[in-house]
Amino acid sequence: MWVYEKKLQYPVRVGTCNPKLAKFLIEQYGGADGELAAALRYLNQRYTIPDKVIGLLTDIGTEEFAHLEMIATMVYKLTKDATPEQMKAAGLGAHYANHDNALFYENAGGSPFTATYIQAKGDPIADLYEDIAAEEKARATYQWIINMSDDTDLNDSLRFLREREIIHSQRFREAVEILKDEQGKKRVF
Amino acid sequence: MFTLRKAWHPYISPFDPCKPITVKTYSTPPNLYIGFQPPNLPQFSPIEALKAGTLWKAFYDPWYSPYEIVKRGQSQ
Repeated sequence: MWVYEKKLQYPVRVGTCNPKLAKFLIEQYGGADGELAAALRYLNQRYTIPDKVIGLLTDIGTEEFAHLEMIATMVYKLTKDATPEQMKAAGLGAHYANHDNALFYENAGGSPFTATYIQAKGDPIADLYEDIAAEEKARATYQWIINMSDDTDLNDSLRFLREREIIHSQRFREAVEILKDEQGKKRVF
Repeated sequence: MFTLRKAWHPYISPFDPCKPITVKTYSTPPNLYIGFQPPNLPQFSPIEALKAGTLWKAFYDPWYSPYEIVKRGQSQ
């Protein structure tokens, strides 16, 4: 069960109406390394992971939904008042034809989200290594979007999200350390 | 010297169609180096931490677009 807080994890301010940037940002919404893929991946893997790290997957998976909500807010603000002409000029003509200005789980190329983006192998090390890779790929995606964006307000929020990817990767790496730790060995801190 | 960006020099052909980029850089964030987080690392104040996206100074490594003015943190 979840408790919903009716606020964003970090404020989202958008400087300009810029549907072109929305087209790039949608990669983090419904792309292979996006926040939806991350949330679904972790919250699904946690059932078959050793109990020492279930809580970590729950926490990070939950936070990914908070990130998803931030990305949704960004995309919404960037496109909400865009005219069909502006959508077309931004390369979102096909999106407009299908969805009007509504958000949709698709990647920057317009391919709809698919469960084949994520995996649950059942092997704890394999699953955690996938999670680490997913965090590093999401971090890189944020870098490339920041590089293409001249919206300083938006970049501030994107930087926050990128920093969270670094922390999540760190925690997954620590989870691997916990699982590979020799059992029964005495540890001295 | 320890840095969170690494640089390398790709091969430049005399026949490259685009203007060659002589130095390419990539990010190597702190999580690659620290291993299991040691106890008692320095922390940001709560307000700074909210802004930075992490409580831990050791993990803070912001990314700026080359077209943005670098206000804080390291340049690329």
